[in-house]
Amino acid sequence: MADLSASLPSGPNVKGRLSRDDIIMRLGMAMIAVYLLVTMVLPLWAMLSKSFSTFQYDLSGYELQVSDEDGKFDGTILTPAELNVEMNVIDQGDLNAGSDSRMGLTQFFPDFSFRSPVMYRIRNTSDSGRFLVGSELKTGTDWLELDSNTFRRVQMRPVKSTGLGNFVSYFSTPALSNSIKNSLFIAVISTIITVALAFWFAYGLNRSCMRFKGVFRLIAMAPILVPSLLPGIALVYLFGNQGIMKELLFGASIYGPIGIVIGSVFFTFPHAFIIISTALAISDARLYEAATSLRSTPWRTFWTVTIPGARYGLISAAFVVFNLVITDFGLPKVIGGQFNVLAVDIYKQVIGQQNFEMGAVVSVVLIVPAILAFAIDRLVQSKQVASLSARSVPYQPTPNKKMDNIFLVYSVLVAIFIVGILAICQYAALIKFWPYDLSFSLKNYDFNRMDGGGWGSYVNSIQLAFLTAIIGTCVVFFGAYLVEKSNGFGTGRAIFQMFAMLPMAIPGMVLGLAYIFFFNNPANPFNFIYGTLAILVICTVTHFYTVSHLTAVTALKQMDREFESVSASLKQPTMKLFSRVTVPVCMPAILDISIYLFVNAMTTVSAVVFLYSPTTTLASIAVLNMDDAGDIAPAAAMGMMIFYTNAAARIIHLLLSRKLLRRTQAWRTS
Amino acid sequence: MTDTTAVEQPYLSIEGLWKAFGDFIALRDISLDVQEGEFVCFLGPSGCGKTTLLRAIAGLDLQTKGKTIQAGKVVSDLPPSSRDFGIVFQSYALFPNLTIKKNIAFGLENTGRSKPDIESRVSELLELVGLPDQGDKYPAQLSGGQQQRIALARAIATNPGLLLLDEPLSALDAKVRVHLRHEIKELQRKLGVTTVMVTHDQEEALSMADRIVVMNHGVIEQVGSPTDIYRDPATLFVADFIGEMNQIPATAGATGKVKFGDAAMICRPHSFEQGDNVIAAIRPEDVIPHGDGARSPGREDIIETPENAFDVVVDEMEFLGSFWRCRLASERFGGAELLADFSINAVRRLELAEKMTMTIELPSERLMVFAPEAG
Repeated sequence: MADLSASLPSGPNVKGRLSRDDIIMRLGMAMIAVYLLVTMVLPLWAMLSKSFSTFQYDLSGYELQVSDEDGKFDGTILTPAELNVEMNVIDQGDLNAGSDSRMGLTQFFPDFSFRSPVMYRIRNTSDSGRFLVGSELKTGTDWLELDSNTFRRVQMRPVKSTGLGNFVSYFSTPALSNSIKNSLFIAVISTIITVALAFWFAYGLNRSCMRFKGVFRLIAMAPILVPSLLPGIALVYLFGNQGIMKELLFGASIYGPIGIVIGSVFFTFPHAFIIISTALAISDARLYEAATSLRSTPWRTFWTVTIPGARYGLISAAFVVFNLVITDFGLPKVIGGQFNVLAVDIYKQVIGQQNFEMGAVVSVVLIVPAILAFAIDRLVQSKQVASLSARSVPYQPTPNKKMDNIFLVYSVLVAIFIVGILAICQYAALIKFWPYDLSFSLKNYDFNRMDGGGWGSYVNSIQLAFLTAIIGTCVVFFGAYLVEKSNGFGTGRAIFQMFAMLPMAIPGMVLGLAYIFFFNNPANPFNFIYGTLAILVICTVTHFYTVSHLTAVTALKQMDREFESVSASLKQPTMKLFSRVTVPVCMPAILDISIYLFVNAMTTVSAVVFLYSPTTTLASIAVLNMDDAGDIAPAAAMGMMIFYTNAAARIIHLLLSRKLLRRTQAWRTS
Repeated sequence: MTDTTAVEQPYLSIEGLWKAFGDFIALRDISLDVQEGEFVCFLGPSGCGKTTLLRAIAGLDLQTKGKTIQAGKVVSDLPPSSRDFGIVFQSYALFPNLTIKKNIAFGLENTGRSKPDIESRVSELLELVGLPDQGDKYPAQLSGGQQQRIALARAIATNPGLLLLDEPLSALDAKVRVHLRHEIKELQRKLGVTTVMVTHDQEEALSMADRIVVMNHGVIEQVGSPTDIYRDPATLFVADFIGEMNQIPATAGATGKVKFGDAAMICRPHSFEQGDNVIAAIRPEDVIPHGDGARSPGREDIIETPENAFDVVVDEMEFLGSFWRCRLASERFGGAELLADFSINAVRRLELAEKMTMTIELPSERLMVFAPEAG
């Protein structure tokens, strides 16, 4: 018998030669990895480093000389630091600055006059020092002599350093750090309400014999088709200052947490519903038979069988909703009023105050809960997969008149909520002048007369949606194929997987801001795409990469692992297998990915709000901007245009799928 | 096999093959020659490395160390597409969206064959695997056994020099399995293609293979023809894995002797030192039953080796259709019981019944001695 303790003989290991297919696969993977690196990792890195870079005026970094009235210098050297100690013109705290800040020097000379014949000399004390004369940057330590009129235009530039300064000032500014509390508050409340509502809705659809299930299922999915800020607009019409149901709030304002929570429940409902519905659908009927045969009461069965069976779905739904709410920007922007949340803070810091460093800090703060929620969700989902058994018998509900009616009434109420929000938007869009002139008119559709880019932005959105769907589906599916089906190269594949999962954890606002930092940098060779439709496409593909990737991976995992081996043994190129077998077999998943990307490209606001240019305005952004400008009815009209477009896209997708499937999936049906 | 060449070169030669997955060593120093046209089975329990070895031969998972030579050419580091083999997997791995014809034609395309050529070759192959009119169906419309035949047709379509079968029958029903194993063997004989099959089913290996390679823990325990492996297992593992084997702890005597307590019996020659702890082994069907009078001279029921004959109590009898399986207890073996398969004739002739005492003999040339398995 051979010796089992013997270890590998020394000498070189066998190193396989790569086939042409291996090389093609690796090149493809490298290309997609570079794509993800450039479109995600590097921008995020740029943002992270931005959040840690602080700018401060260094008053001891300059030396000055002042002449007498005749322009003669007596050789006395002053520094702004000494002058400040003497006169206390600037507080220490005011020395903190942004990357673009500048500060004049005349304030250190109380009797300065630009008409005076007094001359000034100035120099940096070190080579890294810099100041501006007008718009001209001066570096170096040589003395520069200036007359008073020119000295007026001398400005100090802050010195960059790396540190936690931005975070310190963030957390010591209650106006900013309160948003953390606010964001968590609305996210938690919205999560509890949405998950509870969605659970009973899904329960009714899966476990009762009520009627109209198909209709309810359709209605439950509708909110996915509109931007998250649309319910905000509806709420303004319902409960706003001129709202028709304002009295129902008993004096409370819809502008603030109430509005955000109601709107969040609306737009997160379908996400929670799908997850919980899936969890309830896979439950095993045999457990219920066992419970009945043990004479368990329905109540007890519910708590010992139903809830434990659906618990992973519930937890997963909760974290998904939490993540959606805490990272959402559109809704709190529209209905949040004075109630500050993190996502809106980023926007305000960047667009309002041009404080990019602080925008980066808020982004980092927002990433923390988003990544946590994401990580827990992934963990929970991996457990759910493990608990699935192929031998489960699906549960078949039995009619129960009383319960069926209760669920019917409940589902009707939920449906009224969802349809009502959409209907009020459509109604408001068609009204001449809310609430005074309720006659119908199409003037709100005359977008060209409003802020926001007019009908052009609608056309842009359609373009973006198509490009995102086509390019995104290709990149995602091909990338998933390479990572799933190539041999060896384990580390590379693991890194790729990580890259592919990252976008899910990155809030759209953060991604958009990161894109500014990365692509707007003139030194970046990709700078040329800044301000084009291309950057919007790339950003949107990246933003929605993870879900698409997971869909593709799930479909690919169902393919026999040995197809590639068989193809190689038959000496056929892998790309032939890919086009003849893999793509046709995975066509349902490919179509799902494309419609997912299309719909999201139509509705997204958060990532692209930083990236659109006057020529690439989008419909969803137009909704935001028109609402901002007070043109609420046109905003609602545009929002509904998005809804109809997405609904139409879905229907076309459905018909197309059916037709394609009939052709490519003939083998499935027979 | 032909004898035209002066020196018989093996078709496939494996030299000093090792495979490590991290710290785990899946294959240890495997060396093996396969002759042209031979049908070789890798047999062993799951995790013994047989599939790993097959995948290394195919180049699907390269070995860590060692050399493979196929048809006189070193192929150790070649990717699968540069090697010459056809492969059939347990899962069939038929392309679900292509018709049967297109599945079979997949490997014939891009090989310089004309369309009519490909079509006639596909029909020929369908004929060969006995499914001539199923060509326009999709794989899901065929039964498992039919699908596996199509997979076989696809694998041999390009006339590869080597056919690799990775547990091809394991996913099939028992009846289909027996039928198909006969067919595969026939086909292989007809085509004369060198074939390596991986299986964990000893019956499959015994009935199909020209030579069996028994593997365990990443090493080859024994290589030999099915009858060799069955009759002369090289190790206790092989003895135990293939067929039934009684195992009785014993001590070695001088060569050709083994002791149970004080009683010595004559056995096959062995190379143990006297007093070594060993396992004595005999197959149930090799135990010879004797009647009461067997010890008295002049009867035809003669005991050949008196040292190996002794009395046992029939503890339990189980009717298994073509024979009886008896559990025999004897003080010689301490508490251990001996399994013996007696023919229906013998049981009737000796009027065997439970709880009765009888004489058995362990024929010396069938009584083997092995070292106890480590661990």
